[in-house]
Amino acid sequence: MEIITEYSTTFLILAGVFGLFMAWGIGANDVANAMATSVGSKALTIKQAIIVAAIFEFAGAVLAGGQVTKTIRKGIIDADIMSGSPDLLLYGMLASLLAAGLWLLIASRNGWPVSTTHSIVGAIVGFAMVGIGMEAVKWDKIGFIVASWVISPLMAGTMSFMIFRSVQKLILNRSEPLKQAKRYVPVYIFLTGFMISLVTMIKGLKHVGLEISAGESYVYAVVAGLVIMGIGQYFISRIEIDPKADRYFHYANVEKVFGVLMIVTACAMAFAHGSNDVANAIGPVAAVVGIVSSGGEVAAKSTLPIWVLLLGGGGIVMGLMMYGRKVIATVGKQITELTPSRGFAAELAAATTVVVASGTGIPVSTTHVLVGAVLGVGLARGMAALNLNVIRNIFMSWVITLPAGALLSIMFFFMLKGIFGG
Amino acid sequence: MPVGGYMSGIFGSSPVDPMQEHMAKVYACASKLVPLFNAVINEDWETVEKTQRKISRLEEEADVLKKALRLNLPKGLFMPMSRQDLLEVLLSQDKIANKSKDIAGIIVGRHMTLPDVIHEDYIRFVQRCVDACKQAKKAINELDELVETGFSGQEIQIVTKMLTKLDEIESDTDHLQSGIRHQIFAIEKDLPPVDVMFLYKIIEATGDVADYSQRVGSRLQLMLAR
Repeated sequence: MEIITEYSTTFLILAGVFGLFMAWGIGANDVANAMATSVGSKALTIKQAIIVAAIFEFAGAVLAGGQVTKTIRKGIIDADIMSGSPDLLLYGMLASLLAAGLWLLIASRNGWPVSTTHSIVGAIVGFAMVGIGMEAVKWDKIGFIVASWVISPLMAGTMSFMIFRSVQKLILNRSEPLKQAKRYVPVYIFLTGFMISLVTMIKGLKHVGLEISAGESYVYAVVAGLVIMGIGQYFISRIEIDPKADRYFHYANVEKVFGVLMIVTACAMAFAHGSNDVANAIGPVAAVVGIVSSGGEVAAKSTLPIWVLLLGGGGIVMGLMMYGRKVIATVGKQITELTPSRGFAAELAAATTVVVASGTGIPVSTTHVLVGAVLGVGLARGMAALNLNVIRNIFMSWVITLPAGALLSIMFFFMLKGIFGG
Repeated sequence: MPVGGYMSGIFGSSPVDPMQEHMAKVYACASKLVPLFNAVINEDWETVEKTQRKISRLEEEADVLKKALRLNLPKGLFMPMSRQDLLEVLLSQDKIANKSKDIAGIIVGRHMTLPDVIHEDYIRFVQRCVDACKQAKKAINELDELVETGFSGQEIQIVTKMLTKLDEIESDTDHLQSGIRHQIFAIEKDLPPVDVMFLYKIIEATGDVADYSQRVGSRLQLMLAR
């Protein structure tokens, strides 16, 4: 393929820039939204939230993001059909990145419900359908992904419902909630650490080149959970109990203990988000890099270059620092209702759901999963007021974002094809 | 520019704080009845009028809070308590303030005095009615704790105990009220008939302060039952 070798540097630069743009958008809006739950409950300050997000998004992307990247890269489009025309795939991936990034920017500027996952999947399916042909899309896989968009919020909701019920039973409804909180909160911390590290080790670490057996994974996950629990326990012991605060709101000190737990779940949330959503930006970049570096072959087995991961992680952190700060501040102020005892239940359920999806390679919408989890807490009568219109927004996101991403990517696809020739 | 999208969209504004704020305002309004009647007994008309103005102002402030709260309760809101119950509690709270304003208005408008024989009992009666309002406020102040615990467990018992006490106070006021009526019945032939009419009206309105306080409690009880 002459075009590819001729313009190889141009394509790489374009992929890098578009990928960075998309990652920036994810950091500015998506990550900021996920972190705002922790800021709103006052478990973290904005600065701390940004630091936590920067570290754990990155860790999530590198350690557990491989499967979803693979899905975005070659799970949606049939590689066999494309082997004859790698240039089309290349244009398509570039077009998808640009389309999804632009759509995210437009939609979030106007406050429309958007999901990065839906934008990129819509974009890829769009260019493949129109630019290549209906048979290029793996429809069974798409069906599976779309089903997961319905199932994942439901799953997170069910889980958060049960977690919050257990909190009510074990802690809040007892006669000495503070004592109970100090006893059981470390257990929840352990569970969070255990779950995240287990899924990461079973599903993720292969991509980093580490091979661990299932049995070993469990042992290491228990150890990781215990270490995190120990750190948590230290911070719990350092909490200053203020009996005066309890006079206005009897659970003020109990919530302080949950605050420690929520820092842990905030990290888990950032990790989960990184493991799933960073792939939306770097998946297409990886596809382009794969084609260019193999000189035009629709690669069967190429590894993910580390600079692509760095690009994704770096873009997210940039977006978060430049624009996400504002989103966190605004959203954080609006969701003060989410106290740590409820926020952690929502975050733990959402993070678990997303990390499991990441391990299986399914791109889900972290925001939708988190909304499902918050509704689950609400169903356990744990939230003072929830606006059910948000469910309508989720449907709108499916109806609007998928075609919008598709249309834009079709447009960009033909533009690129026209510029470089095909 | 609306930033945030869903995460802020999902959280409606909680009615709990405004509800408690409204009740606090209502109590501030009703509690002025004690100084009002003290001034009436002392025939200190300057204080009576000043207190009446205060009551009237507090009632208006409570009204503003009530309207704001109602506007913030759209139908799509998902709450741990029924919207209907919440609005009924609000309505009962509001009626306490309305009654207080009515009482003060009649007293100032008609320059009312109380017969000497009931002075002592009446102050006790008013005080007890205000106590009922205070107890209702105490129960409403548990709303945030109820939400925190998801309306279950220990907290239910705490609130139930408060409501039992509210019922006791209200039943006290009933006894005091019938005692006062009895005393007035004995002397009513010697008093100007129109004055007696309004006297009964004031007594009834004062009793209503306790009744509506109790109604706040019984609506709260319905929230617990679900």
